[in-house]
Amino acid sequence: MVLLFAALVGTGGLYSALTSTSAQATSSDASAQEISHGRQLFLEGCATCHGLNAQGSANAPTLIGVGAAAVDFQVGTGRMPLARPGTEAETKPVIYTQTEIDALAAYVASLGAGPAIPSDDQLDLTGTNLQRGGELFRTNCAQCHNFAGEGGALAFGAYAPSITTATPKQLYEAMLTGPEQMPVFADGTLTPQQKLDIIKFITTVRNEPNPGGLALGRLGPVTEGLFVWVVGLGAVIAVAIWIGVKVS
Amino acid sequence: MTDVEDPGDGHPVPGSQVEPVGAHGTPDIPESRLPVHHPRRTDIDPRAARRVERQVSLLFVIGILTPIAFWLEYVYIPRDKVINVPVIGPTSASNFFLGLTMGIGLFCVGAGAIHWAKKLMPDVEEVADRHPFRGTDEDRATAVQLFEEGTENSGFLRYKMIRRTLIGALAATPLFALPLLKDLGPMPGNFLRYTLWKKGERIVTDVSYQPLRAVDIPIGGLVSCVPASLPAEQDASGNQNEAAKSPVILVRMRPAEIKKQQGANWDYEGILCYSKICTHVGCPTALYEQKTHQLLCPCHQSTFDLSDAGRVIFGPAARAMPQLPITVDSEGYLVAQSDFHQPVGPSFWERG
Repeated sequence: MVLLFAALVGTGGLYSALTSTSAQATSSDASAQEISHGRQLFLEGCATCHGLNAQGSANAPTLIGVGAAAVDFQVGTGRMPLARPGTEAETKPVIYTQTEIDALAAYVASLGAGPAIPSDDQLDLTGTNLQRGGELFRTNCAQCHNFAGEGGALAFGAYAPSITTATPKQLYEAMLTGPEQMPVFADGTLTPQQKLDIIKFITTVRNEPNPGGLALGRLGPVTEGLFVWVVGLGAVIAVAIWIGVKVS
Repeated sequence: MTDVEDPGDGHPVPGSQVEPVGAHGTPDIPESRLPVHHPRRTDIDPRAARRVERQVSLLFVIGILTPIAFWLEYVYIPRDKVINVPVIGPTSASNFFLGLTMGIGLFCVGAGAIHWAKKLMPDVEEVADRHPFRGTDEDRATAVQLFEEGTENSGFLRYKMIRRTLIGALAATPLFALPLLKDLGPMPGNFLRYTLWKKGERIVTDVSYQPLRAVDIPIGGLVSCVPASLPAEQDASGNQNEAAKSPVILVRMRPAEIKKQQGANWDYEGILCYSKICTHVGCPTALYEQKTHQLLCPCHQSTFDLSDAGRVIFGPAARAMPQLPITVDSEGYLVAQSDFHQPVGPSFWERG
């Protein structure tokens, strides 16, 4: 825990050196009113599992030090509050307004320093390097999320979700906080610029047309093979039957 | 055989005791057992036959025209034009029309051939007799006699020295192949046993080649890394052999979560370094689940527990993922303590 704190403080320190806003800045800017509103919402919706002081329980991790970015990602994508415990937290319709999410995030950020929600300036994709983003994506992300970001299976029921509809902010927050089984890609290992390059690649490749037509989920040999075996072989069998039919 | 009635045309039912033998020594098939031939319309109506002739020719004419259309499409459809095809969705116009044209052309030639065969070629069932393989006794006796005469005339049994040296020459023939086998390439030697990692070799991120400090890697972090000397080595050697052996992943967990390592103090403050090459057939393996510390190989689902010395917990891999002992240098950057203590990647013959 001490180590985690040290690592996060170190990350945050580096972060503030590189950018004008930081975890500390955001948490200090957040008004006391917003934090108290967030605490109220937390006690109503989250404390059952995460504990009255967000210290965690046998069923849920501690939220001290996870930062505002983790809250904004988990609640903003509908993963939290959890519908039921399981291998993966599923995405659901978001039930909190953005104001409420911001209040929850401000409360959690006030408990301990962690990654802040990236600002619009931090998510500015102008001047990003698409080609470098592709290389970084294939090295760091494609093994789980598939070459086109369609997601894929992991071990024992876990899976990497599709990231084809995630917003740049959610992508950034996911890299920064490592939700679920996803590893954390802190700014020391993927710089903010490299994260933006990756986001540029993900948001570009999802809109690329499929020159071959039917994309079949962009899943590669699994769906393509199924298609060939069922439709292709079915057509071959139909023709073979036609060849064998007697005529009058 | 009781439910099969004798057709009563003088031919007994096949399988019964006495079978009349045909000209080629096989039982005759009774005429009545062949299907009745119904003439097709094209057999009796010459106009129908003419019509089918025109249909087949039309299909073949399509087979002549489509390659020309294909050629024109290849020249005139812009390569980057995208059209919206129903069901299929946005598609490259060039790919779509080229494939469609070629498909129609090839199909029409095949369909024409089938149509021709079915409507115009004779469709009467023909019986082809099956012939016995055995020669006549006379032929067999002659063959044996010729062989014996050949043996006698050649003196193969009489001239012992000739016989033995011939056998010796035949036995020696494979020796020609031995030196040729040697030319298949140099033996791998120690190449598979060592990688670029050595004492003090810096661990840098893949693609961007940044050196890493311990503080850069958070708990639950994963970094794909290579040795710092890899880019220079690749420029010097002009190949990617070292890039196939030396990639590693760095993961960080709480020191208390580490159950076991492959050597004492091979981690650095909870940062563990494992080979990225699966021990099964060598796929790059970086599907790391930060909560369970499982590393999954996408090819055959081999699963390694990185908190437990890289032990195999599922799948076809036979050996644990090799761990690289790491530490930090005087500037605080992560470096290797030594090379891997065992060969990385899949098993090979001489590995032992």
